[in-house]
Amino acid sequence: MTGYVIRRLVGMVPVVLGTTLLIFAAVYALPGDPIKALAGPGRVLSPSVEDALRERFHLDQPLWSQYGHYLGGLVRGDLGIDLQGQEVSALVARAWPYTLQLGLTAWAIMAVVGISLGTFAGMRQGGTVDWVVLTGTTVVVGVPYFVVAYVAQILLGVNLGWFPTSGVREGWPASYLLPAAVLALFGIPELVRLTRASIIENRYADYVDTAIAKGLPHRMIVVRHILRNSLVPVVSVLGLSLGYMVSGTVLIEGIFNIPGLGYVVFNGISQQNGPVVVGVCSLLVLVYLMINLLVDIVYGLLDPRISLAGRR
Amino acid sequence: MTTLLEVSDLTVEFRTARGWGVAVDGVDLSLAPGRTLAVLGESGSGKSATARAIMGVLPATVGRVGRGRVLLDGQDLLRLPPQERRAVRGARVGMVFQDALSALNPVLPVGYQIGEGCRVHLGMSRRAARRRALELLDLVGIPDARRRIDDYPHQFSGGMRQRVMIATALAADPEILIADEPTTALDVTVQAQILQLLATLQADRQMSLMLITHDLGVVAGMADDILVMYAGRVVEQGPADDVFERPTHPYTRALLDSICTADRKGQPLRVISGQPPDLGNLPSGCAFRTRCTQAADVCRTLPPATAVSPVHQAACHFAGGAA
Ligand SMILES: Nc1ncnc2c1ncn2[C@@H]1O[C@H](COP(=O)(O)OP(=O)(O)O)[C@@H](O)[C@H]1O
Ligand SMILES: [Mg+2]
Repeated sequence: MTGYVIRRLVGMVPVVLGTTLLIFAAVYALPGDPIKALAGPGRVLSPSVEDALRERFHLDQPLWSQYGHYLGGLVRGDLGIDLQGQEVSALVARAWPYTLQLGLTAWAIMAVVGISLGTFAGMRQGGTVDWVVLTGTTVVVGVPYFVVAYVAQILLGVNLGWFPTSGVREGWPASYLLPAAVLALFGIPELVRLTRASIIENRYADYVDTAIAKGLPHRMIVVRHILRNSLVPVVSVLGLSLGYMVSGTVLIEGIFNIPGLGYVVFNGISQQNGPVVVGVCSLLVLVYLMINLLVDIVYGLLDPRISLAGRR
Repeated sequence: MTTLLEVSDLTVEFRTARGWGVAVDGVDLSLAPGRTLAVLGESGSGKSATARAIMGVLPATVGRVGRGRVLLDGQDLLRLPPQERRAVRGARVGMVFQDALSALNPVLPVGYQIGEGCRVHLGMSRRAARRRALELLDLVGIPDARRRIDDYPHQFSGGMRQRVMIATALAADPEILIADEPTTALDVTVQAQILQLLATLQADRQMSLMLITHDLGVVAGMADDILVMYAGRVVEQGPADDVFERPTHPYTRALLDSICTADRKGQPLRVISGQPPDLGNLPSGCAFRTRCTQAADVCRTLPPATAVSPVHQAACHFAGGAA
């Protein structure tokens, strides 16, 4: 097990190098001059100040060298300093809790609702419940993200007043429920379909006959036997969507005014604040990779036939 | 002879491309307390369908009971409300399936799977059920049970896995055990051990055992009563000694002839010449007549169950000795 984790961590190194380089190059390729953007429209910095700034942020050096500086910092756990002189890690530390709360809440809502609906639909394959759920997921897939977000905000937040409409003043969970639900909604269709298919595949298995022959109550047969087996493929998707939920917060945080990482990245891009964008994005990559590793470990626990030690 | 389980006129149907096809047609059988009934017949003769109908585990949506009664202590299981039926399953009638690898849940430890029956029917706590599962693992002969209780089915050999399957069926101490070809999926050497285990358990617990099998050697050694099925119908039944002494239906005779020449214990039934019948296209009257050496015109009508002796019947026009 330990050996497996170490092998996986080593395997991540090239992935981290590749993705950070990609992000770095993308930011490097952004149009415009970050120093001029820093100065603000219409203002001109004196050449000496400008040169000092360029040197400080290694902007006078080629891409490779800039990337090298950045990577060196990253290895030391230093995300660098942004153009306004703030520690990127401090920015991240401030924003991270909001994103984490939002992402995890959305993810939990998605998991509970998606798996439940998928199970109900699968156990009633071809019935009314099944039809309603499948139609519902199709509708959700067809509606644009921001439409749902704005409608939910206006309808449930402003008109009905059930939820705060924006900001995080009321803390968790009140302030997070509405944005999290909207975010979750977009992960639900895939999860429902996958769970449903998995349930249908398992519900006629031989071991289900055994469970019935043992005289177990229906609920126990569904939850302990059918669902438990059906979850094996669902868990990997659930894990991947945790990463998806975190990245999905970028738009939602904007609409609902939540000062999380999405907010920080968004501002970073519009202000051409390269270090912020690169720092936060690489962090998200790392988180995503860690989640993947965790998912594989949980996967092994869920299905005892999968031996982690035997896998690359 | 008192009966514990009395099946009468049981008909099982399966959905086919041409509508509902009859797989089990008017089966009567009875199981006495503490006795072993062997059910014999070629593959496809409706043995499993009969067992599953009794147990209430016919494949949903494609299988159903057409008519008939399954009386347990005089109470018709087929007409019980679902909750009461459930209380019978596992608690009074246990079932061992053919292939333990697919019949056990791959993602749950065996101890848990055995304990479930105890928790549901005997109201045991998790801890008590685990203790009981351990006892049962010992009872069915799993070496080092304490260490194996948290293992998963795939970690056991075929024979050990079938022992685990038997333990799950015994969890709530049923009076009746139905074993559907419990050794067919196993190596020959292991088959004998599993059958020996079933025989011992049956004797020790005074259970009634309905043993569906291909193995005539087993029938000779273990069965008190024999029931022979052909194409969904019972063609002969009676006490094992009587049936071996005076096999009356030509199909039964053909089955027995195939083992009389040598000791064929552990061997499957020898194939009888001709094709097993296609259930969707059965010959009229006696379904065996197209393969029967004695067939005559009268066989085009359905033969009634004829008494060979007061406890021994055969469904053949010539059973009365007219031939
Ligand atoms: N799930 C099923 N769907 C359709 N037909 C089935 C199904 N199971 C069994 N049958 C039919 O019922 C007949 C009896 O099958 P079965 O009871 O399994 O026989 P046995 O156990 O004696 O080998 C077979 O001819 C088979 O075609
Ligand atoms: Mg069978």
